[in-house]
Amino acid sequence: MSSVVVDKAKVPWWVSNVIVPLVNLTLALIVSGLFVFIAGENPIEAVKLILYGSFGYIQGFAYTLYYTTNFIFTGLAFAVAFHCRLFNIGGEGQAYIGGLGVFLVAANLSFLPVPIVWLLAIFGAFLFGAAWAFIPAYLQATRGSHVVITTIMFNFIASSLMIFLLVDVIRDTNQMAPHTIKLPKELWLPSFESFSGILGLKIRYSPLNLTFLLAIASLFFVWFLVWKTRWGYEMRAVGHNAQAAIYAGISPYKNIIIAMCISGGLAGLLSINEILGVSHKIQAGFPAGYGFTGIAVALMGRNHPVGILPAAFLFGILYQGGSEVTFEMPNITRYMFVAVQGLIILFSGALENLFRPQIESFFVTRLNKDVKI
Amino acid sequence: MKKLFNILVVSFALVFSSSAFANTIGVVYDSGGKFDKSFNELSYKTAQRVVDELGWSMIEFESSNDAQIEQGMRKVADRGATMIVAMGFAMADAIGAVAADYPDIKFVATDICWLDDVNNNMYQSCYKEHEGSFLVGMLAAMKSESGTIGFVGGMDIPLIRKFQGGYEQGAQYVNPDIEVIANMTGTTGEAWNNPTKGAELTKAQIDGGADVVYHAAGATGIGVLQAAADAGILGIGVDDNQNYLHPGSVLTSMVKRLDLTIFEQAQAVENGTFESGIYILGLAEDMVGFTVDEHNSSLVSSDMISSVEAAKAGIVDGSIAVADWSQE
Repeated sequence: MSSVVVDKAKVPWWVSNVIVPLVNLTLALIVSGLFVFIAGENPIEAVKLILYGSFGYIQGFAYTLYYTTNFIFTGLAFAVAFHCRLFNIGGEGQAYIGGLGVFLVAANLSFLPVPIVWLLAIFGAFLFGAAWAFIPAYLQATRGSHVVITTIMFNFIASSLMIFLLVDVIRDTNQMAPHTIKLPKELWLPSFESFSGILGLKIRYSPLNLTFLLAIASLFFVWFLVWKTRWGYEMRAVGHNAQAAIYAGISPYKNIIIAMCISGGLAGLLSINEILGVSHKIQAGFPAGYGFTGIAVALMGRNHPVGILPAAFLFGILYQGGSEVTFEMPNITRYMFVAVQGLIILFSGALENLFRPQIESFFVTRLNKDVKI
Repeated sequence: MKKLFNILVVSFALVFSSSAFANTIGVVYDSGGKFDKSFNELSYKTAQRVVDELGWSMIEFESSNDAQIEQGMRKVADRGATMIVAMGFAMADAIGAVAADYPDIKFVATDICWLDDVNNNMYQSCYKEHEGSFLVGMLAAMKSESGTIGFVGGMDIPLIRKFQGGYEQGAQYVNPDIEVIANMTGTTGEAWNNPTKGAELTKAQIDGGADVVYHAAGATGIGVLQAAADAGILGIGVDDNQNYLHPGSVLTSMVKRLDLTIFEQAQAVENGTFESGIYILGLAEDMVGFTVDEHNSSLVSSDMISSVEAAKAGIVDGSIAVADWSQE
């Protein structure tokens, strides 16, 4: 395969950023279809069910967007750190601790006007998530302790800390389950049901809420920060070549810490969706793997907000459509969709370069011929 | 005239539909998974029995995250379930909301007993796991030769402290000097589904001298019982009767008779005698206890059984008090 040499400069942007990911995704879905077939179900029917579950009815679509919201936050979190060449795989723990920030603000400052509480809660989520990322960042910057190791360790520390708090300190003692009391109703973020009435739709329940707009805003925020500010430039410089950055007078120390803190803060915002938007309390284990799936979302979206949005949407479809399939096809268990996600990560992450040279050279030769004619 | 005809058609259709469709049992499993050989699987087996013996049909939903529970339960309700069984305390919010929206469906909640029941259509059941655990703790202490026994829990939450507390109190009731090594598997949801970690903890406890190990850890317990059997010591099963998993190596099982609860409620729905309410079920109701069958009868002597039965009578009449550690 190394025989195929492509002049990178001649490759049109849409080939490397649109065609190649789509080919990889298609391959992942074909292999998944094979699994479905082996399990004794019709893959075409399964695809139909996924599409029906995620688009076919308004409530299903609301669920798809709700999952998308979570994946945007965790995907952005991973992407920001990645531009500084830091693998922040601690999104799970940062989101968990971020929830503590939301709850502390909302439970203690509920006497303030509601929009101000929301803003402070967003700030609290960001701050707590960032604080949880700060410790691994500091260790990486000063001691060289690799963030991959420290952040994954911090996920476990976060869940141990939260279980302790949820069982012995802030548990709603009227019942046995490890969660807090519900926040006062006026602090709940307006949900999609309350808007749907205006649109003439009637749905009884959906977890989609105003946080979706915050997620969209975060996409713009990250784009602006990474590509349009001096800090973003410095951070990318450190990521590309730390030695060159030092030579140019840029401090890797400072940039590593800032990148990780912003990354942790973005992961923390997931708890706004879960706590102010959906369950209105801290439940044990509420990040439910979104932090880890966010890594796949960011890798698929090539760490750019424009890619992260469709990638998050795709995973939203898989999550929501997947539950529809497991409901309708008893042979397809929920673990099958973990396998499908794994295949997508495998093809769009690890095997990303499997077909890239061929596809790129195909288009480069085709397009150059066109030019000659 | 046309209106009258319409009314006739509609009412005929209603009568026809209610007689043509049999009852349907809906089961919503928690994240431990349907085939955990324990809590969830017991409900599955019971639902299967309802299908076989009462001629019902069955709808199931296995949630992979908590956000899906309510959605799944509503789907089960919309597909025409007449009775919905919700497994585990993670379902509390969902069942509260769904039961309020579907007054005609009966709900059986397991390990949930604190919800407002606006439509009087919820059978909320909690079990006195500490009482049943007390009895198996006694058996463990009587069987132990080393004077050290083990406990492997899933997560350090109030429900599991209940199991642990009863077990330790029962063991100390027999042998005040007994040493109990207790470990929790983890702090994430995976703690209920990690047989490898369960086996590791069990081996560590065996190295510490334990020769009987009790688990309350869902599917993690499969590893606990396996490690105990491999090492030639005794395990104790939980929720379902797990004696058959390793005949001769499982001392007994602390059963939680949610199978009886589910089946009885299905019969009640069938006969129209369903009564909503909050039910706290323990030894007095025979809804928790220990099992003796062909797989473990050689391990449990009649002397052991008679002293445990005596303690059981004491707990039922109140002369033996078993503290509930979840309340501390």
